Amino acid sequence: MKQMQEEHFDPMSHLVPISLYVTIWAALMVFTGITVFAATVELGVFNIVVALLIATIKGTLVVLFFMHLRYSTKLTMVTVVAAIFFLIILFSLSMTDYLTRAWSTSLR
Amino acid sequence: MATAVQTVERENYLNSDYGIKSWLLTTDHKRIALLYLVSITAMFWIGGFFAMLIRLELLTPAGDLVSSDTYNKLFTMHGIIMVFFFLIPSVPATLGNFLIPLMVGAKDLAFPRVNLLSWYIYMVGAITALTAMVMGGVDTGWTFYTPFSTTYSNTHVMGAAIGIFITGFSSILTGLNFIVTIHRMRAPGMTWRRLPLFCWANYAAALIMVLGTPVVAITLLLVALERAFNIGIFNPQLGGDPLLFQHLFWFYSHPAVYIMILPGMGVINEIVTCFSRKRVFGYEFVALASIAIAVLGFLVWAHHMFVAGISVYAALVFSLLSYLVAIPSAVKVFNWTATLYKGSIRYETPMLYAFGFIGLFTVGGLTGVFLASLGVDVHVHDTYFVVAHFHYVMVGGMVMAYMAGLHFWWPKITGRMYPEAWAKLSALLVFVGFNTTFLPLFIVGYMGLPRRYHAYPPEFQVLNVLSTAGASILAVGYVLPMIYFLWSLRYGEPAPPNPWNAVGLEWMTPSPPPTHNFDETPIVTWEAYDYEHQPQEEVTVGH
Amino acid sequence: MATSDIQVAEHALQHHFADMEQQQETSTFGMWMFLVTEIMFFGGLFCAYLVYRASYYQAFVEGSQKMNIWLGATNTAVLICSSLSMALGVRAAQMGKPKLMAVLLLITIVLGCGFLGIKAVEYHEHWVNHEFPGPNFHFETGDPAHPATDPVHTEIYFSLYWAMTGLHALHMVIGVGLVTWIIIAGLGGAYSRAYFTPVENVGLYWHFVDLVWIYLFPLLYLISKKHGG
Ligand code: HEM
Ligand SMILES: [Cu+2]
Repeated sequence: MKQMQEEHFDPMSHLVPISLYVTIWAALMVFTGITVFAATVELGVFNIVVALLIATIKGTLVVLFFMHLRYSTKLTMVTVVAAIFFLIILFSLSMTDYLTRAWSTSLR
Repeated sequence: MATAVQTVERENYLNSDYGIKSWLLTTDHKRIALLYLVSITAMFWIGGFFAMLIRLELLTPAGDLVSSDTYNKLFTMHGIIMVFFFLIPSVPATLGNFLIPLMVGAKDLAFPRVNLLSWYIYMVGAITALTAMVMGGVDTGWTFYTPFSTTYSNTHVMGAAIGIFITGFSSILTGLNFIVTIHRMRAPGMTWRRLPLFCWANYAAALIMVLGTPVVAITLLLVALERAFNIGIFNPQLGGDPLLFQHLFWFYSHPAVYIMILPGMGVINEIVTCFSRKRVFGYEFVALASIAIAVLGFLVWAHHMFVAGISVYAALVFSLLSYLVAIPSAVKVFNWTATLYKGSIRYETPMLYAFGFIGLFTVGGLTGVFLASLGVDVHVHDTYFVVAHFHYVMVGGMVMAYMAGLHFWWPKITGRMYPEAWAKLSALLVFVGFNTTFLPLFIVGYMGLPRRYHAYPPEFQVLNVLSTAGASILAVGYVLPMIYFLWSLRYGEPAPPNPWNAVGLEWMTPSPPPTHNFDETPIVTWEAYDYEHQPQEEVTVGH
Repeated sequence: MATSDIQVAEHALQHHFADMEQQQETSTFGMWMFLVTEIMFFGGLFCAYLVYRASYYQAFVEGSQKMNIWLGATNTAVLICSSLSMALGVRAAQMGKPKLMAVLLLITIVLGCGFLGIKAVEYHEHWVNHEFPGPNFHFETGDPAHPATDPVHTEIYFSLYWAMTGLHALHMVIGVGLVTWIIIAGLGGAYSRAYFTPVENVGLYWHFVDLVWIYLFPLLYLISKKHGG
């Protein structure tokens, strides 16, 4: 149970102003436009970098504001970070195999 | 007539309500624990039955008892049942369910209805898998390796995979419930540093359940889709990579072996400290070692794939990372032994099992380190050496711990004492039977006998006969507790609230506990395992 | 806080919690834990995608050029709008306005169904073009000058496309069901300013599903600049 000295419980304390929601929404729409546009420009390997960067910005906005992570407890934030951490482990350690497999076949 | 008043039983979770409905619709974590106990015990015997058939077949070098196809099905179904339907839920879903709310001083788990749901999901999954087995069985091995499982096997892969898929969600929900409960439901004063190590261990296992199980779920779903629609993701003929299946499968299933050991380690902590009458040596290290095992456990999975064709560079990395897991595991072993050192040790049944655990787990863990060395593994991969390794940790480790825990908390759960002499005998039989069964397998494996064949060259017969003989002793060792536990329900001596003079909130409430666990919410003012200072009898709450 | 609010709250407090605060924070934390499992669930598919895309880039480019980027972009916008109305709906619940909440969530449902409709149109196109993995799969770039370089692995692309978007669509369907339930319960007076946890949790779920799409869209539709129609 939580320490009692914290401020009195008020479920309305995270009431986010409508204007903020609308701003986030507008930003998400604009970023969607940008990512579609960016895909039409030839950037080589950076196409995917840009696309993922924009997706991550959008995702962060959704998580922080729509999902109220910004107003949540530390515990919730740690939870989200942990999920991302283990996802990255899954991706990166799998790729250690796929990215270096060609090296080992050249050994044979 | 004063005695008549005393025999009136206090209201508790068992006698508060009667009838089948009061059990099937219960949201009481203690009753759900018992539902799980009954279900996984049934699964244990079914899995054990398959094991006996396997051992009988291996009595002679020729494949005479069953055909090779049947043999394939036997070891597959043995593995599936024991891993997914017995070991993974074993300690968490029974003892964990029962004890975690008690240990943290809560009235229930955070989500009681989700807890009941998890049992129903478990049952649906189990029945699905069993149906697949009754209809003809599966022969892919519990690991479902592709492309055999997706393309070539014409057994009931689909049913078994779906059964496991479903049961996965029960494991996820249990894990989720534990994590949330331990974070949010602790009684006043029950800080993280006072949390019983059993809770720490189950917390770590719960992390794995929550983070890993979804990955194996989606993987099995892909196997099912591949069988249904030929989508080719794991099929080399269609451009897929079968090794991707192994990556995804072991991303879960290696950490899952820690689901199968961490809660057991938690049980051993409680027992070793109680029967040495000493505080656990290095409490913080043991607690953090649990978390470290859970995290590091996610970094080593490809040690199951060393000879499957992964890049040797990746294999090197995974081999090194695998050694790392041995460190927190060793921390635990050292802490148990250090706790024993100069303790006033009592040899009650739970302690005998705990001794068995410590020794056997150490053997299993150390042979794991052998296997994690690239060079050795090339030699012994897919031999009986591996079989012996994982049975030492899973049966010698987890099943021992489960038995230890059942004996330790049986008085609390049922309000009855079990017969101590019989229990000691069973602990002895299990230890002797286990070693006779599995020690020979290290030898035949090292000599090169591959696993998963129903026939073998005659020079291996002596050791195999020994192993089968051991398995029979082991079986007796498991049947005995079945009998005397059931016997004790009726004839066992009524148990006092704290028969072992142990510390911990669960011992401060009557046996069996009342429906709401505590008459009043406990307030914790003492350190965990304060065996040196705590005069036990004084701290019983509200009794 | 009005007395009726307190009554709703007292009614909603389960016996094993000390107070509403503990109950609310506990169930929200539980929801986040659940979303963690969802992340890992989709994570397995994303891992497969990563592995194959890294290995067979060209085949993936050719596959992605069969995507209708405008429908995809429209759907992205639709989902973002639905997330806005969902966020506003949760806000209405926070303020204790069940009717407003119902209207906003209804908009969310309409947008969600719109998404599914557009997705169905796309699925239909792929189906007709034999772009469904399995025995009927057949792939051509549609440009005789550049025949398909690696149709075998383009089939893998389509397998992943169907699996990922299909799983996502399934989550959308479940989401629509959940939101419907919230609307009905809300109009029945189940929530108040003191107790609206289910609304909040369903909101979290909805936004999460949106989040998955935010990644699916660029990964599946926007691989290379030359997209066909
Ligand atoms: C010190 C920690 C451990 C290490 C370094 C380790 C290492 C290994 C390695 C390298 C293998 C692969 C052998 C092969 O197939 O060639 C293996 C197999 C296995 N281990 Fe362990 N292990 C450890 C602890 C455990 C524990 C605690 C459990 C279970 C409770 C366990 C269960 C298994 C199982 C089930 C397999 C065989 C899977 C199969 O192929 O069917 N291990 N271990
Ligand atoms: Cu392993």
